[in-house]
Amino acid sequence: MKFIVSIFVTALLAFSMGLLLPWWSIAIAGLISGLSIPQKLIFSMLSSFIAIFLFWGFMAFFISLSNDHILARRISILVLKQDNPILLVLVTALIGGITGGISSLTGRSLILMFKKP
Amino acid sequence: MKYVRFIFFLLLNSGLVFVLNSRSILPLPLGEFLSVQEGIWQNAESVNASYNEKIKIVGMEGKAEVYFDDRLVPHIFAEKENDAYFVQGYLHAKFRLWQMEFQTHAAAGRISEIVGDKGINFDKTQRRIGMVFAAENALGEMEKDPLSKAAIDAYTSGINQYISSLQTSQLPIEYKILGYQPEAWTNLKTALFTKQMTNNLAGYDRDFEFTNALKVLGEDNFRILYSDLADSLYPVIPKGTVYQAPAITLNAPETADSLYFKRKDTIQIAEEFKPNPSNGSNNWVLDGSKTKSGNPILSNDPHLGLTLPSIWYEIQIHTPEYNSYGVSFPGIPGVVIGFNDNIAFGFTNAGRDVKDYYQIQFKNDKRKEYWFDNEWKFASQRIEQIKVKNQPIVKDTVSYTIFGPVTYDKSFKTDLTESQSYALRWVAHDSSNILKMWLLLNRAQNYDDYKTAIGYFNVPGQNMIFASKTGDIALWQQASFPLRWKDQGLFVMPGTDSSYMWKGYIPSEENPHIVNPVEGYISSANQRAADSSYPYFIPGNYEVYRAITINRKLAAISNATISDMMALQNDNYNVFAEEARPILLQFVDKSALTKEEKKYLGMVETWNLINDPKEKGTVCFVAWWDSLHANVFNDDLNQSKVPLLKPEKFVLLEALEKNSAFKFVDNINTPIQETLTTQVTSALKKAAKHLAELEKEDKIEWAKFKNTTVYHLLKTNAMAFARTGLMNGGGHGIINASQHDHGPSWRMIVELTTPTKAYGIYPGGQDGNPGSKFYDSFVDKWTKGEYYALWVMNDNDIKDKRVKWKMTFSSN
Repeated sequence: MKFIVSIFVTALLAFSMGLLLPWWSIAIAGLISGLSIPQKLIFSMLSSFIAIFLFWGFMAFFISLSNDHILARRISILVLKQDNPILLVLVTALIGGITGGISSLTGRSLILMFKKP
Repeated sequence: MKYVRFIFFLLLNSGLVFVLNSRSILPLPLGEFLSVQEGIWQNAESVNASYNEKIKIVGMEGKAEVYFDDRLVPHIFAEKENDAYFVQGYLHAKFRLWQMEFQTHAAAGRISEIVGDKGINFDKTQRRIGMVFAAENALGEMEKDPLSKAAIDAYTSGINQYISSLQTSQLPIEYKILGYQPEAWTNLKTALFTKQMTNNLAGYDRDFEFTNALKVLGEDNFRILYSDLADSLYPVIPKGTVYQAPAITLNAPETADSLYFKRKDTIQIAEEFKPNPSNGSNNWVLDGSKTKSGNPILSNDPHLGLTLPSIWYEIQIHTPEYNSYGVSFPGIPGVVIGFNDNIAFGFTNAGRDVKDYYQIQFKNDKRKEYWFDNEWKFASQRIEQIKVKNQPIVKDTVSYTIFGPVTYDKSFKTDLTESQSYALRWVAHDSSNILKMWLLLNRAQNYDDYKTAIGYFNVPGQNMIFASKTGDIALWQQASFPLRWKDQGLFVMPGTDSSYMWKGYIPSEENPHIVNPVEGYISSANQRAADSSYPYFIPGNYEVYRAITINRKLAAISNATISDMMALQNDNYNVFAEEARPILLQFVDKSALTKEEKKYLGMVETWNLINDPKEKGTVCFVAWWDSLHANVFNDDLNQSKVPLLKPEKFVLLEALEKNSAFKFVDNINTPIQETLTTQVTSALKKAAKHLAELEKEDKIEWAKFKNTTVYHLLKTNAMAFARTGLMNGGGHGIINASQHDHGPSWRMIVELTTPTKAYGIYPGGQDGNPGSKFYDSFVDKWTKGEYYALWVMNDNDIKDKRVKWKMTFSSN
């Protein structure tokens, strides 16, 4: 349950901060999640990864869907050298997810450093 | 242990964010770039996006409404004329901001700021031909005139209104790819835009190559190879027109024979970034006697580099003063090619030489004093500061002489010696207010208004075609064209002597023109405006063949309709091949050919002379003729390492028509005497090898061979934003002038009935955003040669079904 809540909270935090801050606010969201939600290190990482992966993945997908994938096709050719809008969505989600997950590791491992076993 | 773990994650984390935020490790900052709230996803516009908007502006004189139709063409209704330019600026910025800034950065020699050090040579060239100097001079004149000053001020504020409302996430995608931010627009940028067009259309120059050709090949050969007067010329002003004696005649300076025609050295300058010599256009107009409706029909298709976003933006401007429709240039206010409720207007390039180089003798390598009329004269110097992305500023000192800026000297082209410095005299540097021509044309009601308007235009020389609802048709070749003594300006001139300077311009009343001719039609297609009976010396870069086909068709036509004009603009007939093929077929030695070579010969024999997309004969003919051209001339042109130009196609064709023993047919590098038969046959053999390869790659059909492509402005760096492989016909010298990346950038036909009937299309779309469905929405229809009906909206059409969105601008 804590795991699920942590996913929602992290995603919501990332979204809200993203309204004002640059893209790296997803790292801050992951960091805060790691600092404040007590979980095992691995769950902290996973929950933040999933949170940002889903947030970026869904948002990119739905934006692209309502765009008939016009832009994603072009950008996938430009960046990935292949006409594959869905792959671009996945790459987007992965980059977001990894950033969030690793940030969460940083936050959580800082807390765990001071915690007695 | 936990301490180490934390440090490890911290380093990994900051390293990752750094990499994803930087351009120094990956080519793109992927975090920022792919961010859903900030990056490219924000440029993916919903296909159902609404463009409805209410915009509050401080300082608008009245109210303005913009109605967008289903093609995203704005119909601007403004209570005050200047508000219309404000709105036009706002819309240009909203849909084309990156392009406007990129093009004016290019004009000003500021590309290195965006692309880094690979742009430095280009930037130096732009500054050294005096682009900014020219724009400043033009701006001074524009701002002296109240009408144009008010228009340009309003236009600039409109653009800046949009820029200041722009959030980072909404930046055009090219900024996100290249990593920079837009700056404020200025009136100078509008002037720079006009100079960029001027350079495209009146910047092609051959002084250095001609100087070399004269020296290397000799005067007789020069005149044979580089004549601009074709026998088959069909001039804009019909042959047989009687010209009055010229108001002014000039004689060559006494020293011309020794100092000008017989100069001692060649010039090792390979000019880079020359404008495409194919930049041109077709236009024609029929009066009521030739049309079914009895009203004039005007047609125009300007041939420019085909780009996305397009150079054109379609627009209607409705103000109390006028109601005009057509295409505009994002970068300047007003309609550039179009029509209003009374008249229609269009342009083709005149191609006249208005750009001359003078050899300057500097006192020393400081280049501050130069020898002129027997004394040392001071040159002013302009220190150009070229900002380079991620690198220190590059400084470049450009000396300005009485002629103009010194474009080439040892500090720029290290191959040159200290005594070889070349200053540029170019009409583009003169101060003038060409913007005013368009402001006046937009409201012109009749021939006299048109005549007044075009008087403001000094460069680039244009064939300005006109028709009115009162039934008048006209064409003036208008600009400031320098008076020249015979052969003046073909070659580099001595810069030490005022007698070689330009002595003024041809009186504008004597510029080639034609008004309501008995033939009932007028046309121009970048050919020489007049034959040799025109009483002034008018060298230039002229096309020959489109004019022949157009005149042939227009002479024959009667009861013409708009659909006849559409067919004509898309006509693929190859009149050059009509004349050239008989020579190939007559002189080829069939007995020397292999089976495969005979096959390609057969394709040329049976070809219908039409450059249609599927024709294989076109490809075979072009390959064969080009190969013959190389066979005949390459030995002569390669005998020297200095830059020389290939002679024009008509030169070889007309020489061979007159004499199959044309002296250049012989290859000077072989002991034997080649005949035309040897050359034509060997040309086919060489072409056949190439054709066999093309056939293997399935590229022997004309459209596949030509691969018409509309490149993004970033060219091969952004092929994902280009449209390639368009299956259309046409080509160089064909009315449908579609080449690989160049061609009819806007096709327009206007019938001056009441109400006006007009059709048009351009190979692009109204929105410059590659993430919009309007980015390239016109391309497929353009490829097929189809048109859109241009809807001139009226006040009472607000409820019309064609209105899709509405934007309002008001001060409260």
